[in-house]
Amino acid sequence: MSTNTLTQPKKKTFDVEKVRKDFPILSQLVRGKKPLVYLDNANTTQKPKCVINTLVRYYREYNSNVHRASHYLGSKADHAYEKGRHKVQNFLKARHFEEIIFVRNATEGINLVAQTWGRRNVDKGDEILVSAMEHHANIVPWQMLCEERGATLKVIPMSDSGELDLEAYEKLLTPQTRLVGLVHMSNALGTVNPIKEMIATAHKQGIPVLIDGAQSAYHMSIDVQELDCDFFVFSGHKLYGPTGIGILYGKRELLEVMPPWMGGGDMILTVSFDKTTYNDLPFKFEAGTPHIEGVIGLGAAIDYLNGLGMENIAKHEAELMAYGTEALAQVPDLKMIGTAKHKASVFSFMLGEIHPQDVGTILDMEGIAVRTGQHCAHPVMQHFGISATVRASLACYNTRAEIDALVQGLHKAHRFMG
Amino acid sequence: MSLTQQEKAEELIEAFSFFEEWEDRYGYLIDLGKELPAMPEVLKTEESQVQGCQSKVWVVAKTSQGDGQSHIDLLVDSDSAIVKGLIAILWQVSSGYAPQEILAFDIEGLLKRLDLEEHLSMNRRNGLYSMIQRIRSLAVQGA
Ligand SMILES: Cc1ncc(COP(=O)(O)O)c(C=O)c1O
Repeated sequence: MSTNTLTQPKKKTFDVEKVRKDFPILSQLVRGKKPLVYLDNANTTQKPKCVINTLVRYYREYNSNVHRASHYLGSKADHAYEKGRHKVQNFLKARHFEEIIFVRNATEGINLVAQTWGRRNVDKGDEILVSAMEHHANIVPWQMLCEERGATLKVIPMSDSGELDLEAYEKLLTPQTRLVGLVHMSNALGTVNPIKEMIATAHKQGIPVLIDGAQSAYHMSIDVQELDCDFFVFSGHKLYGPTGIGILYGKRELLEVMPPWMGGGDMILTVSFDKTTYNDLPFKFEAGTPHIEGVIGLGAAIDYLNGLGMENIAKHEAELMAYGTEALAQVPDLKMIGTAKHKASVFSFMLGEIHPQDVGTILDMEGIAVRTGQHCAHPVMQHFGISATVRASLACYNTRAEIDALVQGLHKAHRFMG
Repeated sequence: MSLTQQEKAEELIEAFSFFEEWEDRYGYLIDLGKELPAMPEVLKTEESQVQGCQSKVWVVAKTSQGDGQSHIDLLVDSDSAIVKGLIAILWQVSSGYAPQEILAFDIEGLLKRLDLEEHLSMNRRNGLYSMIQRIRSLAVQGA
């Protein structure tokens, strides 16, 4: 099924107050006192009512195993489950539905590629190239593979503003390079990398590229055909969907020749003690009973996002980003970590000499949820010579008033501890 | 030594009970941390560091004899002002007491009464829980 038709940005106006009403969790008071200001979205996003209701409806009305049950409930579940796959396909604008593999999260998607494609294609003396701003999820699986195969992990350096060195990148692509692993948008810095150009550069030498879209997928519209990436992963829980469901997109011709990873039910065609034949894509990679309600819930999240329009969300968040960047610059002693020209929805910073954890504690007392620490990106922290940052990250339901609350909270932390 | 652990605990509970706003409670907590005897930098080694994910926490113990029984003197420190305040509370009801007294004292109960037990569950973040375990194991060794 081809879905090459680009959906035009809906010319609807984006009403954030209306959007907020879709998220029941947002209306609570923290410790019974302060209105919740949720700015830990890069960690996980909150869920709209339609997603929550979809999960409840599944269990109340048609819970059943998929691909196995020959009865009324089973066919309803089957239908909803496979519809989920088509929704993801359309969301990523993938050419074929069987290019969408259900996994647990972005991390598992990368591990699957490393363990199957990697083991088949990477040998002694080969190189895997990743960037200096990767999440551990796009470092460790490759390190494990390199160790096993006697290959080397190479790193594309970045500048102090948090931008990749594209000249160095070209030089790092060698005849030994087997794969490039790139984060689309950095969770620690907010940098949005020019992946389309970087993919084209790698392809000139016939090198496939895996994109870690864990952060980008819920902030901007993705078109895997236009990007021409070979693999793309993201997690449902960051995309306003349930936890425990993630997506691995892979080009069909690559997935077809990859050996299966886990064995078991659903991924087979026939089994005997002499020989087992494997099922076709996408089932070849989906052993065992899947996360059925996760897939259906993710489908509901995608419907919700399509309703709002990814372009509208991106525009709303870009406005907030500009507003926040200006407002945070007024906080005394605040040092932004990551000042790339092209950056989205993440403010990562230090507040003078105050321990980021203390800043986080004080913001928490004010009802403001941020993340403090190293954001699963130790090498990024090492690059900047720091041990941690405070990170406030945006989603479609955040408001200017919440940025104001963050700024006030930081002023307070500064007065309190500075 | 003048006050028992229980008396110190009561003092802390009373002091904290004056504060209605979290700002005042945390301000006082941070002040408690500032009043800790300084821990010389040379003592901040890998060995004296307690596992905490984000903030660093250190403790060293010295056992000495007095009044016919042994007691444990502690030096503690953290690079986080709030965690330092929390461990100052541990220090107040641990340092200078006999190992058996340290082991018998209900520190979780005290933190709960001070309305600070939320920090215990954040152990991976702040190392407070590991600190309590470390002080207890130091007490076992000193007993
Ligand atoms: C850039 C990036 N990659 C990968 C991941 C891993 O996501 P998950 O833990 O859902 O697998 C994250 C999550 O924080 C991320 O931000």
